[in-house]
Formats: sequence, C-alpha cells, structure tokens
Amino acid sequence: MTDSSETGSYPSSWKKAPFIKNSFVRWLIIVGGAIYLAAALGTMNIDLERVKEGLPRAQRFLDSFFPPNFSDNRGVLWEGIAESIWMAIISTVAGIALSIPIGLGAARNLAPAWVYLFCRGVIAASRTFPEIILAIFAVKLFGFGPFAGFIALSLGTIGFYAKLLAEDIENSSASQAEAVKATGANWFQWINYSIQPQVMPRMIGLSIYRLDINFRESAVVGIVGGGGIGATLNTSFSRYEFDTAAAILIIIILIVMSMEYTSSFFRKWVQ
Amino acid sequence: MPAITNNGIETWRLRTSKEQWIRWVCWLIGLAVIMYAWQMISEKTVWFFVTDAPTQAADIGSRMVPPKWSYMDKLWKPVWDTINIATIGTIIAMVIAVPVAFATARNTTPNIVVRTIGLFIIVSSRSVNSLIWALILVFILGPGVLAGTIAIGLRSIGFCAKLIYESIEEIDHTQVEAIEATGASGPQKMIFGILPQVLPTIAGVGIYRWDINIRESTILGLVGAGGIGLQLNGSLNTLAWTQVSLILIVILITVFISEWVSAKVRGAII
Repeated sequence: MTDSSETGSYPSSWKKAPFIKNSFVRWLIIVGGAIYLAAALGTMNIDLERVKEGLPRAQRFLDSFFPPNFSDNRGVLWEGIAESIWMAIISTVAGIALSIPIGLGAARNLAPAWVYLFCRGVIAASRTFPEIILAIFAVKLFGFGPFAGFIALSLGTIGFYAKLLAEDIENSSASQAEAVKATGANWFQWINYSIQPQVMPRMIGLSIYRLDINFRESAVVGIVGGGGIGATLNTSFSRYEFDTAAAILIIIILIVMSMEYTSSFFRKWVQ
Repeated sequence: MPAITNNGIETWRLRTSKEQWIRWVCWLIGLAVIMYAWQMISEKTVWFFVTDAPTQAADIGSRMVPPKWSYMDKLWKPVWDTINIATIGTIIAMVIAVPVAFATARNTTPNIVVRTIGLFIIVSSRSVNSLIWALILVFILGPGVLAGTIAIGLRSIGFCAKLIYESIEEIDHTQVEAIEATGASGPQKMIFGILPQVLPTIAGVGIYRWDINIRESTILGLVGAGGIGLQLNGSLNTLAWTQVSLILIVILITVFISEWVSAKVRGAII
C-alpha cells in the first residue's frame, strides 16, 4: 500500500500491494522469466506448416472418433478393461503389503538410523521414476503381458504408500505409544495396539485412492507392453480404429469418474 | 459392552458376535476378489519368462555399467526440451485453470450449468493420462515438443483447477463483504476480495504441478512427443544399455533438482 507522503493529508489513491514485496526480486523474476520464455519458445522448433497441415487432419481425426464404436469387433475391449481392473486390484494389494514394512522402517520414531536411511532410499527411488519407466523394465524382465504391469504398478505404489504411511506414523501421538509400551508390550503388540489404530483410518482411505491411481496408470502401462486396457488402446490407435479408441477413452473416463466418487464417499465414511 | 458368557463368567470382548461375522465375511469377499484377480493375471503370464527374470536382470545390469558418459553431449538439448515442456505446459494449464476454477467454485458461480461444465472439464482432463493426450496430439500436430507441451497442459488443467477451486470455496467471506461494503462491482470484488486470498494457493499449486510435470515430461518421448523420452526410447530400441543407464541417471538428477526447487519456492511462498 502506498501511504500518503505528508502527514495530515488523507491519501486519495490506493494501490494494491504487490505479491512479492521486494521490488528487486520482483523485477528479477519478471525479467528472468521473460528471458527464459523467449529462450524456451525460440528453441522449441514449432513447425507451423506442420500444424497448419495437421489441423484439417485433426478435423477428420475427430470426425472419425464419432460415433464411438462400443461394438468391440475383435472381442478385446471388455477383456482389456477386466484385465486393467484385476491388475489394479492385485498391484494395490501387493504394493501395500510391501509398503507396510518399508513404511514402518522409514518412520524416524520407530526405526534405527540405518534402517531409516535404507527405507527412505527405496521410497525415493520408487518415487523418482514414473510407472511407465518401471513398466518398460518390467516388460524387459518378465515379458509382455499383465504380469509386467502388475510389477510396475506395485513398485510405484511403494513410493506413494510407504511415504505417506511413514509420515503418518511420525505424526502419530507419542503418548499413546508410551502408554502401550508401559504395559510391557513387545514390539509387535506395541505397533499393533498403539500405532496401527492411529494411522488406520487414513491408510484405508489412501489405499482406495491408490487403487484409483493404479487403475488410471494401468491404462498407460499397456502402451509399453504391460497389458491391460492401454494395450488395447494402443493397438486401436495403430490400426487407425479411432472409433474404438474413442469408446475406450470414454469407458476409461467413466470408470475413473465413478471410482473417484466412490472413493471420496468411502473415505468420508471411513474417517 | 460386548461380552461373552463362559461358564457363568462374563469376559470382555472387543466386538459382538454379529460384528465379528460381518468382518469375517468382508475379509472372505476381499480375499476371494484378490485370489480371483491373481488367477486372471497369472493365466496370462508366461511363467518361463518370470522365472528367467533374475538372469535377465543380471544380464541387463551388467550391460548397463558403466554409463556412456560421452553420450551426455547429445542429452543437453533433450533435457532442455523436457524442462520447457513441463514449464510452458504448466503455464498454459494455469492460464486456463484459474478461470475454470472460478467458474466451478460454489461461492463465485451460483449458476449450476456453468459449474457442471467446469466440473466436467476438470474431471475429463484428470481422467486421461498425459501419455494418452500425447498419443492423440502427436497424430494431430505431428511429433515434437509442441504436442508434448499441449498434452502436459491439458492434463494439468484438471489437477490445478480442482485444487484452486477448493481453496476458493474455503476463503474468508468477511473480507469479500468488506470490499462489497465499499460499493465494489462484481469483478472488483473478485480482484480485491477473493484473488489476494487464493494467490498463494495458485502459486503453490503451479509450482507443485510443475514438479510433477517434469517427471511426466520425461516419458512423453515414448510416443514421439519430444523430450528426453525420445532418446530413452531410441536407446532402448537399439539396445544401447549404456546410454539407457546414463539417461536414467540424468532423469534422476533432473527430478531431484526440480523437487528441491519446488520445495524451496513453496516454502518461500507459504
């Protein structure tokens, strides 16, 4: 806010306070941003001719999307969707089963330092690489098909679930843990009766959320050979069966939407 | 209190019999679904390849070291492209997401039709993965950075708009009322009453999404949409494993740096 220059005279104009107070930093960000944008756009090699050429093609392309063809000529559509759903379920379960020990190990208040560092390393590695890259390697190792997708999604789940579990354990109340320990509980009893009840509601909600994410990701691991609806989608693109592709996209959107609603409903019910 | 009577002595139990039965049935159903899912997956698996995996892993692992450091010369441009795809994609997304968020928030848009349209944009953008957007856009715009940028942008609209509209719905209404009391018009109320309250969220969401987009733009090249994924795909197809390991290291470093930058900037804003 600009204040009045002289005492006594009431300010007659007002200017909005800038978002960044330090004017040097503000100008640095503006100028730096402009230079970066110019450099970025300059090196992007946008081929306008190709875009112009592509736009009528886009028209034809979108036309061939409609009407979506749900008739499923090759009998792979529903099979692909079923495969995606099974893959999402099993990889969520396996991923969570793997996440629990790692999450316990990555909680600073439970684990000794070397276990903590090891488990944090596993989490960081799994978080860094997108599921697709994990899927590429899983396909190389385990061959084409849903098993590779299952491995990739399970590994991806670890980075998400173990990290949040560890953070939740670190935030849980220490006094309850102490109370249970004072009764002479052993380590497993201690975890089961003091930590587990505190983190359980949130973790159930997160596992449903992860199921939702895994289904979404299962739609793309197929592009690199990991099975599921993504494989069907990729095939229909390669075969120029755009009406089938449109049908698949619509089904994916509908399933994701319904899963999102059920998962948010379920999470409210659990908490 | 649930209790069990055994030889006339009441013993405490955590759950009543009915609760216990319900739990048991739920577990049974859950396990049955999991077993069925596993069976469906294992039916389609060639187990020979799976049992062969450790040898394969050792083989690929031995081919991947040492990384071919000299290949780095050819990677600077793809890394730069990857960062540009993420940054410009995020900017496009934010430019579209902010109006969509205002159109979707209950307190800024009383009209139910507009709100439904906004929600539809958010959901459809969130449901389709950026790789699928890229797959479609490569057909339309041709392979290259542009398709990737727009794919990232389209994918991010939903995410950003959702977080922004939720924070618009949670603003403090007394401030808006105070602005209204000065005789401000609708747009003025929005600019001086609502926007300052959500600006930190908008900036924070943008930075957060940028960080996610860096990660996503590393793979867009797999379908031809530019960035380092193109090199990764090429190296994988030509079985140049020493290049693959170098690319993975580069991705790892890029992601770590972007995560660090994002955490620092968000810490400074909030």
